Amino acid sequence: MADVTFTVDGKKLTAPAGTLLIDACKAAGIEIPAFCYYPGLSLQAACRMCLVRLEKVPKLQTACTTPVAEGMAVSTETDEIKQARKSMVELLLGNHPLDCPVCDKGGECELQDMTYKYGAGESKYVEIKQHREEQQWSPVVYFDRPRCILCYRCVRVCGEGMDVWALGVENRAVGSVIAPNGGDHLNCEECGMCIDICPVGALTSGTYRYKTRPWEMNHVATICTHCGDGCKTTLGVRIVTDGSEIIRGNNRDKSGINGDFLCIKGRYAFDFTTHAERITKPLMRQADGKLAPVSWEQALDFAGRRLKEVRDSRGGKAIGVIGSNRTTNEESYLLQKFARGVLGTNNIDHHRTADYAAFAAALKGHAGREASLRDFASAPAILLIGNDPTEQHPALAWQVRTNVRLNRSRLYVANHADIKLRRQAKAAVTVPQTGYAAFVQYLSGREGSFDGNDATAGFCDAIRNESSLLIVFGSELRGRDIQSLVQFGLSLPDTKFACLGDYSNSRGAADMGLLPDLLPGYVPVSAAAQFNEEYCASLPTQPGLDLVEMFDAAGRGDLAALYVVGSNPVARYGIDPSSLRNTFLIAQDMFLTETAALADVVFPAANLYEKAGTVTNTYGDLQLVKKAADKAGVRTDFELIVRLADKMGANPKTLVPFGKGVRADFGQTRGAQSGEADRHAVWLAANHLEPKLSPFDPFAIFDEIQRLVSAYNVPRLNLLTGNDEHIKSELVQIEPGSARRDLVFPSNDDLYTSGTLGKYSAKLRETVESGTTVMKPAESETAAD
Amino acid sequence: MPSLVSHPDEVKIISHRFGQGAAEIDRYIELDGYKATRAAVEKGPEWIINEMKASGLRGRGGAGFPTGLKWSFVPKQSDRPKYVLVNGDESEPGTCKDHVIFLHDPHAVIEGTIIAGLAIGSKMGFIYLRGEYRYLLKIMEKAVADAYAKGFLGKNIFGSGIDFDVITQTGAGAYEVGEESALMESLEGKRGVPRIKPPFPAVVGLYGGPTVINNAETIASVPHILLMGGEAYAKVGSERNGGTRLFGISGHVERPGVYELPMGYSLRKAIYEVGGGIRGGKKLKAVVPGGSSTPVLTADEIDVGLDFDQMGKAGTMLGSGGIVVLDESVCMVEFALRTIQFYQHESCGWCIPCREGTDWLKKSIGRLHAGGAVDKDIDNIRYLAENMLGRTFCPLGDAAAMPTIGFVKKFRKEFEDHLNGRGCPYKHAREREEALV
Amino acid sequence: MATEKKTIFSPELAAHFDKLVTLYPVRRSALVPMLLYAQDEVGYISPAVIAEVAERIGIRENDVASVLSYYSMLRTKPAGKYNIQVCTNISCMLRDGYGILEHCSRRLGIGHKEVTPDGVFSLEEVECIGACCWAPAIQVNYDFFDDLTPGKMDRIIDDYRAGRGKETV
Ligand SMILES: Cc1cc2nc3c(=O)[nH]c(=O)nc-3n(C[C@H](O)[C@H](O)[C@H](O)COP(=O)(O)O)c2cc1C
Ligand code: SF4
Ligand code: FES
Repeated sequence: MADVTFTVDGKKLTAPAGTLLIDACKAAGIEIPAFCYYPGLSLQAACRMCLVRLEKVPKLQTACTTPVAEGMAVSTETDEIKQARKSMVELLLGNHPLDCPVCDKGGECELQDMTYKYGAGESKYVEIKQHREEQQWSPVVYFDRPRCILCYRCVRVCGEGMDVWALGVENRAVGSVIAPNGGDHLNCEECGMCIDICPVGALTSGTYRYKTRPWEMNHVATICTHCGDGCKTTLGVRIVTDGSEIIRGNNRDKSGINGDFLCIKGRYAFDFTTHAERITKPLMRQADGKLAPVSWEQALDFAGRRLKEVRDSRGGKAIGVIGSNRTTNEESYLLQKFARGVLGTNNIDHHRTADYAAFAAALKGHAGREASLRDFASAPAILLIGNDPTEQHPALAWQVRTNVRLNRSRLYVANHADIKLRRQAKAAVTVPQTGYAAFVQYLSGREGSFDGNDATAGFCDAIRNESSLLIVFGSELRGRDIQSLVQFGLSLPDTKFACLGDYSNSRGAADMGLLPDLLPGYVPVSAAAQFNEEYCASLPTQPGLDLVEMFDAAGRGDLAALYVVGSNPVARYGIDPSSLRNTFLIAQDMFLTETAALADVVFPAANLYEKAGTVTNTYGDLQLVKKAADKAGVRTDFELIVRLADKMGANPKTLVPFGKGVRADFGQTRGAQSGEADRHAVWLAANHLEPKLSPFDPFAIFDEIQRLVSAYNVPRLNLLTGNDEHIKSELVQIEPGSARRDLVFPSNDDLYTSGTLGKYSAKLRETVESGTTVMKPAESETAAD
Repeated sequence: MPSLVSHPDEVKIISHRFGQGAAEIDRYIELDGYKATRAAVEKGPEWIINEMKASGLRGRGGAGFPTGLKWSFVPKQSDRPKYVLVNGDESEPGTCKDHVIFLHDPHAVIEGTIIAGLAIGSKMGFIYLRGEYRYLLKIMEKAVADAYAKGFLGKNIFGSGIDFDVITQTGAGAYEVGEESALMESLEGKRGVPRIKPPFPAVVGLYGGPTVINNAETIASVPHILLMGGEAYAKVGSERNGGTRLFGISGHVERPGVYELPMGYSLRKAIYEVGGGIRGGKKLKAVVPGGSSTPVLTADEIDVGLDFDQMGKAGTMLGSGGIVVLDESVCMVEFALRTIQFYQHESCGWCIPCREGTDWLKKSIGRLHAGGAVDKDIDNIRYLAENMLGRTFCPLGDAAAMPTIGFVKKFRKEFEDHLNGRGCPYKHAREREEALV
Repeated sequence: MATEKKTIFSPELAAHFDKLVTLYPVRRSALVPMLLYAQDEVGYISPAVIAEVAERIGIRENDVASVLSYYSMLRTKPAGKYNIQVCTNISCMLRDGYGILEHCSRRLGIGHKEVTPDGVFSLEEVECIGACCWAPAIQVNYDFFDDLTPGKMDRIIDDYRAGRGKETV
């Protein structure tokens, strides 16, 4: 809209017509206090904190509901307004318990800040205060009614934002109260958005209540380790005897790709890190067949020696490596470099949850066609094929809902199930669970296999007429189907794509070459030669065994050693333990998983919250993970790979070329887990290395990734400042449509499960078992409401 | 059944059919019923609005906004249906005039609704009565049914080719629902919380369509105005305050009741002549002139004309025309307490100053009345009320603040008499009397 | 949408509701009247009433709860067969509304929002009921009685107890 010019406190300002005065002022650095106003949510004008004086208007007006207009003259700092704000705070504090000293929100409370800034020195209130007991609405949501100032933010974010509508207002006058839909409890998605958005301590978190004060914590902004959306989450950590523990997860700085959003997992399911069953000592299988704790030296020595023996006697072909969906890019990259360069094998794979390889191939030569998670908040039209984002990609669902609500974006849904996002859809078609491929053909104009009716025909026409479209699809589509869909999309004027996979770094695992036939950046192993120089080795050029083949080989006795990093294939693929009888198994994990339980050597590993590096979400948004928690006894997968290689006599300096490139430390080498600084220095000295830069520095590997994987060659400064960088999908060398086994096996984690981590999150389990998460949407509630 | 009263000074326009069985449609027709509507159908919107403007009729709901002007704000073209909304929520303490209209002249309300519809090009009208008025709803329902039967409502009314439907319903107990936008929320099946304005109802109202909302008395005046002509109607009243209105005189007068007096009529005469003077020969102490939300006048402030402008000059408001008369036996603090109790109970709770302010005031004035207050409490009461004034989301906050300020300002002495443990002198007096009997 | 078969209301009321929701431009507009009529029949807004009304209109039950808790005439607990509502607001107060309230309270042996043991009467102090000029006034259910004195009040109570009272519904 056209700009208008107006004056605030004598300053001349301009803003697009229709901008709300409160926003226009904020943009110009003029702070107007507000409780009920929240950007993106419906207007309330209830708290009356934002009252300002408009020239020639008799009454004070609310800046939160007044659009700027040409020539408008506003004053925001007169005595009259100061008094209005002061009295508003006085009225709020009247019946307020003022229990700040024991309130979780103390120190982060908007009411405290407002009182400090605008409030009165003394209280005029001498009447009796209404005390009311706090209520537990669910294992994670508590309500302390006397603290509530009725700004209705929670009601709106739950309804308008989440499309859950679990909160409402009951009674009237001073009796007015926020009420949960279950009467005395919640039936909802337990996202905890209501807690984040509450300006006061009325809604508090079951994981954090009364644990500490905000200023006692260290606040680390990092990336959630649960699903493929990669939300930014702020972890509150405090020092404990064996490191530092996470006691709160929330969305403190809302600068991430997830905006305001966090789901139940991102917010509460960090407690797996402190689970009692966590392994904190290396284990080795003893003569009696049992696993027993041993020293790091012993374990590493033994594992390294055995791997070397196998490699030297039977060659790399006899060794397999299985990587992780939740390790950093640097770790995945390093693992495949170790496999190919040191073990000399292409037998490397990971649990694939989406066919990223086919997706990359389909986009070959089409730069900038991959959608960032951010794009979903603004795309004029979105086509969703398969998947159930509300359950599996909650941040995506949030972006889409927000976009539909605020920008009237057109959502098209093709799904076999009655997924919740249909409620925001402009049009939806039901596709047979096995009919996605056929539907894509039909969409591409190849009638036949899919029997469409007028509705589906209209649906497809509408899509074909979109001038700017964003196509996002689930693991229902693979290989050639992805190829056809992308081809169709490219035939439209302006289309971007996104491929949905399950875990926090599944995308990274594929990009970094945890595949038997593809090197980092989807370079076919046949073209491995180009890596030789960097790796100071000649890499095998024959495709190796994929995950399934490895276990077959093991069963046949052809796989003498298997190195499993942060993965539990035995449980996931239902592997018969006996097939691993003759395989030397090394497992690296947080817990004694079904796989680790069979291992000869088990290394206790750190998780994503305990290390630094980068991860790539399923949309190709590259983000920095920062080390938040710290557990004595465990080591990062990165360090373990380096140490193993070292034990095998490999040169750490070539594995991690930490002499070269940018010398920045991710913070990785600090703290208990990687060995206290001195222990670390001793090791360096013993290996004639300069202590000033460490072979455990992921940035050294990141340098190499950026050199070899051009898509990852993004500006680094932005990453370092904690922002996301969208990788450039281009220069893939793999051939489109080449027939390869996609081996995609979605884990179908939903809102309340998260593979092994979910299993070990007590809070997640407790919440699901409490029965407060079941929610039946009323059909009548549509996006329009 | 409320008894009808009468006084020679009355000018019976709206009330001329009261007590003549006009609730029966045939009788109503004998008494010139539905003539005005016929005329309106023939002469069209232009004419209607001009007559309304000429009549100088100002809203009887309390705000006194010129009705013709309000109707002219409704856009001619609209892609959403337009609506007429009759506000019969009558809940302002001291007010019972709409009650009498629904009881004695329901068809006048229906006529006014149809005419308003014709004026703005609406096909549907709603008549919303407060929940307590169930027996009046029955009367309205019968009247509406009869009007349908006669073809005055429904398809092609009066052969005009125009369709018009009327829906009658009640609320369920909420003063705030009388506020126009809260009323629309209630009609849409929601909590009676007012809407953000602008947009105003004339542009975006009920179901998002342009809506004319008028008080029941305003609407009931419309057919009479068209019959006698706007000019003539205007002449009856005072300057810029056309016609007559129903005044409800209640409290300590000899002959309480609802009287139709010309606008500008003297308040003193209304009390001492029309109302028959103070009951039992007692002395007048104060008057709340236009419903409980209007600032109180003292005994020597009553030489003022009863119209919107003169009352405004006198520092109060004409409001809903509910004149509440207080004699010397009344404790003004107790009266102030009862008044704020009402607003505390009826606040919708949406915005901070009204929700918290009314409750705080109720507690403080209650404590003061009981004798538990000290000097600075009086200032604080006034401070609170003054800081609510003009800052609330809707005018209910003002309706609570204005009278409170008035009571403290004009009767501070009585407040002080309660301080420091003394408590209510009047209560003690009453107790002494009772003890004597 | 509830069908006659599984309704908790009388056939007449159910039929009326079927019509009511179609009367307005949006179904939800019928909510407030429906709740009041349901209360007249059932005696109060029971969870079952909330459930069926929500279903008939097609909204969530907590939406209904949120709306019904706003309106002071809607109750979630049973009242007496005859609910005596005494106005004590200004006009009635000036003409001894409180006296009438006290009298009823003494006569019935119950206080504000209480019900007599036999369930015949309940008492409620209410805000202005729009009968200011005929004060003091009360309502028994939906019927008005004005210009009251304790004596008149006694006769009204007697009439209702004897089943001779007015009964507008
Ligand atoms: C708190 C509050 C209560 C109101 N109650 C009523 C009412 O009971 N009846 C009424 O006609 N207007 C009432 N009004 C005024 C209406 O908002 C509106 O101005 C009026 O119905 C317009 O009709 P009129 O122009 O004919 O007066 C109330 C206003 C407020 C702020
Ligand atoms: S002033 Fe505020 S709380 Fe009071 S009734 Fe109006 S909106 Fe509701
Ligand atoms: S922010 Fe404007 S009223 Fe609350």
